[in-house]
Amino acid sequence: MPVAIDVRRLNKSFGDKHVVRDVSISVEAGKVTGFLGPNGSGKTTTMRMLCGLLTPDSGEGTCLGLDILRETNEIKRRTGYMTQKFSLYDDLTIEENLLFIARVYGMDDRRRRVAEALAGLGLEARRRQPAGALSGGWKQRLALAAAVLHQPRLLLLDEPTAGVDPKARREFWDQIHELTARGMTVMVSTHYMDEAERCHDIAYIAYGALIARGTVAELIDRSALVTFKGEGPGADRLAPALMLEPGVEMAAPFGAALHVSGPDRGLLERAITRHRGDGLRWTEGRPTIEDVFIHLMRGAEDNFH
Amino acid sequence: MISGTRILAIMVKELLQLSRDRLTYAMILVMPVMQLMLFGYAINTDPRHLPTVVLDEDQSTLSRSVLAALANTGYFDFTAEAASQAAVDAAIANGAVQFAVVIPHDFSRRVVKGDEPQILVEADASDPTAVGSALGSLGGVAETALRHDLLGPLARNGDGAPFEIVVHRRYNPENITAFNIVPGLLGIVLSMTLVMMTALAVTREHERGTMESLLATPVRPIEVMIGKLAPYVGIGVVQTVLILGLARLLFGVPFEGGWLALAIGVALFITGSLALGFLFSTLARSQLQAMQMSIFYILPSILLSGFMFPFRGMPDWAQVLGTVIPVTHFLRVVRGSLLKGADLAQTWPSLAALGVFVVVVTALAMARYRTTLD
Ligand SMILES: Nc1ncnc2c1ncn2[C@@H]1O[C@H](COP(=O)(O)OP(=O)(O)O)[C@@H](O)[C@H]1O
Ligand SMILES: [Mg+2]
Repeated sequence: MPVAIDVRRLNKSFGDKHVVRDVSISVEAGKVTGFLGPNGSGKTTTMRMLCGLLTPDSGEGTCLGLDILRETNEIKRRTGYMTQKFSLYDDLTIEENLLFIARVYGMDDRRRRVAEALAGLGLEARRRQPAGALSGGWKQRLALAAAVLHQPRLLLLDEPTAGVDPKARREFWDQIHELTARGMTVMVSTHYMDEAERCHDIAYIAYGALIARGTVAELIDRSALVTFKGEGPGADRLAPALMLEPGVEMAAPFGAALHVSGPDRGLLERAITRHRGDGLRWTEGRPTIEDVFIHLMRGAEDNFH
Repeated sequence: MISGTRILAIMVKELLQLSRDRLTYAMILVMPVMQLMLFGYAINTDPRHLPTVVLDEDQSTLSRSVLAALANTGYFDFTAEAASQAAVDAAIANGAVQFAVVIPHDFSRRVVKGDEPQILVEADASDPTAVGSALGSLGGVAETALRHDLLGPLARNGDGAPFEIVVHRRYNPENITAFNIVPGLLGIVLSMTLVMMTALAVTREHERGTMESLLATPVRPIEVMIGKLAPYVGIGVVQTVLILGLARLLFGVPFEGGWLALAIGVALFITGSLALGFLFSTLARSQLQAMQMSIFYILPSILLSGFMFPFRGMPDWAQVLGTVIPVTHFLRVVRGSLLKGADLAQTWPSLAALGVFVVVVTALAMARYRTTLD
């Protein structure tokens, strides 16, 4: 399998804050890789280093076979980057924004390509409206259209779905899969756990260090987590009490049921036994990816604090 | 390699954004007119100790008494002695002195004969506020200067002054304040718009997050800089033409020539101001900071450059500070060329100072500018 991104031991500090620590990551071409991690864990910083917006303090590697330190201009030409914050020009119209991008990338046949993009977006009728007047969902679609206008081979999306409604999120993910079906490689950061399920591959980062890599199923299997599901009257309200039990890493209500998980089966069983009398039925379940992430976070906390 | 298309892309974008921004329009057009009205009619002061060159062809006790009396008024400081009328003319033309006093060789002889001879006071009146009070004091000087020298039979009892002081106003004979203020305004308006607008234009991209997208494209930093600044060069030229046109139409400011010096001065000043705005934008973390830095620069430019108060009327420390301010030198070029018709030979020190300003600020801006977000 060809790799689109292959970097080793990237480091970046701001002042005395070590924000990205020895991150090595390789991404297969044509896949959607989800980049997950809590806020401030270094996702944006890592992506900026991949597309040449930040210079790593140390580390090496390639993007699309181009050196991330020396060939940033070539990388920029072939990469689309959608920033975390909407960063088209609010005071330019939708069409002017796209034309600007087309010029900056030196594309030929600009009018036609912009017209096609507008048609694809369904924004032909509104092309003379200022981009700033669009709603969140539309802004995000426009930003995506702008990021792929020059037909990049690699697309980096930084929390593209933050603050977007569920329907728009769903459509957005459908679009991303269409793009990869046509051969584009996509790396997308998010902190929505459900979106992890829509990625071919996951990279999980905490406190600047990459701590897990693989498919959702692999991560769940590898975690060796044990999860029990409690059902019955008032199950969802038991979470705070169970959180205090030794061996319980996470206790969270899912609808009317309660998920309790932890790495040690013995401790966990002892914990739920103490709450069996409350009329709950306990069954063993498979951990969700969210359970796994919380487990990973705990481990990272222990390592870095 | 620099790409014309990419520069054009940024220029077109920049012009479009300018055209969306009503406030900017107002700043470009209304501000110069408003300031013209405010400052053109409002400023007045009374400077003393003005540098004066002396051409004393008489070298007598009486001529020395006259000079002493002039010095006693507090307005005239004799900073130089000239050997000829040509040297006097040169000192006034290049701005080394504000006044010249010329005493003819037969002065004493004719005073003693009761001939009522004339001495000549020449004034660089391009800034009327700078010379007004000084010239007003001259009447008394003629009356009293020789009171202690002309005793006994020479004493003039009620026959009027023993000699006459003739005043010759150079460059602005009718004493019109606006002639001085209006060309000076060019420097202030250009600073205000160009420094502030470029500082804001770049900081705005950082603040809104658009700089991140821009830097993620193949655009080179130098292309961003040229593309962003070029439209403002046009704005600077429009403002220059507007102000000079109004200066001529509304105030009848004389244009004595010196066009080459003026053109070079305007070009250097616009370039330097843009580079300074760009430098501010690399230092500021927000538009507000960029604004504050611009004001921090513009206030002393108004107060200490010789625009608001006659430069020579300022205390020494203020003159030292003023010399470091680019506007000071720009004003000298503009006033020199428009009012005195000064050529390159006379304005080169100020032009050189502007050149230094451009080079230093551009170098600093380039050194500060980051192609990445580091
Ligand atoms: N330019 C910067 N200067 C200083 N600190 C920064 C800068 N960019 C990011 N950081 C810090 O680095 C850490 C990681 O940030 P970021 O990469 O944005 O995380 P994420 O995208 O995962 O939320 C945060 O603590 C953030 O405050
Ligand atoms: Mg981020």
